[in-house]
Amino acid sequence: MDSVIEALPRFWDGFTTTLFLAVVSGVLSLVFGTILATFRVSPLKSLRIVGATIVEIGRNTPLTLVFIFFVFILPSMGYILPLGRVPAIIALTVYTSAFVCEAVRSGINSVSVGQAEAARAIGLGSTQTLSLVVLPQALRTVVPPLINVLIALTKNTSVAAGFAVVELTATGRGLARDYPADVLWMLLGVAFFYLLITIPAGTLAGYIERKVVFSR
Amino acid sequence: MSGSVLYDAPGPRTRRIERIASIGVAILLLAVLAWVFKGMVDRGLFDSRWEVFSDPPKGQSAADVWRSLLVVGLGATLRAAATAAPLAFALAIILAVLRTSRLRLVSGLATAVIELLRGLPVLLMMFFGQLALGLTAFEAVIFGLVLYNAAIVAEIIRAGLAALPKGQVEAGTAVGLTRWQTLRIVQLPQVLRLMLPSLISQFVVLLKDTSLGFIVGYQELLRMMQLNYSFFGDQYRFPLFVVVLSIYLIVNFTLTRVAIIVDRRLAERGQRADKLDPNAVVAVPHNIGRDQSASAP
Repeated sequence: MDSVIEALPRFWDGFTTTLFLAVVSGVLSLVFGTILATFRVSPLKSLRIVGATIVEIGRNTPLTLVFIFFVFILPSMGYILPLGRVPAIIALTVYTSAFVCEAVRSGINSVSVGQAEAARAIGLGSTQTLSLVVLPQALRTVVPPLINVLIALTKNTSVAAGFAVVELTATGRGLARDYPADVLWMLLGVAFFYLLITIPAGTLAGYIERKVVFSR
Repeated sequence: MSGSVLYDAPGPRTRRIERIASIGVAILLLAVLAWVFKGMVDRGLFDSRWEVFSDPPKGQSAADVWRSLLVVGLGATLRAAATAAPLAFALAIILAVLRTSRLRLVSGLATAVIELLRGLPVLLMMFFGQLALGLTAFEAVIFGLVLYNAAIVAEIIRAGLAALPKGQVEAGTAVGLTRWQTLRIVQLPQVLRLMLPSLISQFVVLLKDTSLGFIVGYQELLRMMQLNYSFFGDQYRFPLFVVVLSIYLIVNFTLTRVAIIVDRRLAERGQRADKLDPNAVVAVPHNIGRDQSASAP
């Protein structure tokens, strides 16, 4: 147990790295995912096809393979990336964007057409229809699944441990090697730090979901 | 795009404009794609290196390469998935049943275990199996996959139990079945059928997660790809990657297709859970049962 306290600075370093990866790629995937979602609901058929193709490929490719592409394959093709966090953030963003897109799209689709028709019927213009009727409803539906996607992203940052980024999971592996007598405690310590992020976030998602639930 | 909540149904003029804009965008995208493709050709990515699949160097035959990828690699990936899935499913049923227990202590404990497992990365559980329990790489992969997916599937089953009409349990009780018998004979068979599409989607997630074996040292498809390009040389990385990506996409698209077909069959028979987000990483069906009457024909 003493060794856990001794190792606290390393836990903290790992935790901040995990948090850094999760926040940066989280923000980036929210941006790119939303752009992808606008592709998928666009009136232009070619954009819809492109959006659907990207999302389907993204969702059906293992994250490890995305990491391998940016760490091992791309450099061999002559496109050199800096090592460490940069390819990890790119891989996590590429992978997560597809899931963000689907969450946003299903939020938009969950608003029934009748709502927009009613808005038009009482004389609202398209901007007003969107900002006063459609988006407020879509946003409420979309927040809990988005939080779930971000929780999944936080857990997925662990894959970076296999690609030369010392985040929480890699820290745990290193500590297990350095303190062979306390492997169990070291890994439980790592688990604690993950739960520190994922459980409050999950509770928040559940709370918002109950708060904004409304009947259609 | 008529019937969209975002736009009014387009008239003939708008439709014409949309069609022209759509073609314009398509041409633009094809131009970008062609530019990327040309860049790749200039870097020699489409030269003789692709012969690794038909006439590989270093005295290997094409059959050797394909066997290492499809039989050894994909075989190991599928073996891990096929071993983990039934175990995860069995554990999930136990967890789900315990969670609905009337004993506060039992249900509270089951809830805690599920929340704990759902909140941790699969890779961490694999390392736990490997470093703390001393399992082999294959066992560690199975260990991580089973624990994580059991928690997710338990939530799927619980949502299904909640979505069943109350009358089912009442009918079971009325004919004199015990609580356990009601669960086994009345509830679970319906829930499993109802949740089959979500379960298949979760199997796709599990199959994708077997690739974490690459990190803990299990020789699955990705590791076989790496062994191949370390043996043949770096210029073969790209072709091998393209083929391995295609293998994953083909397998997963086939499974997703099956899930959609099953879902449609169930819808035709009027037995479908409220539409779940089929591929979400955290496949927790929150909104189940809310719309039950609407989806029944």
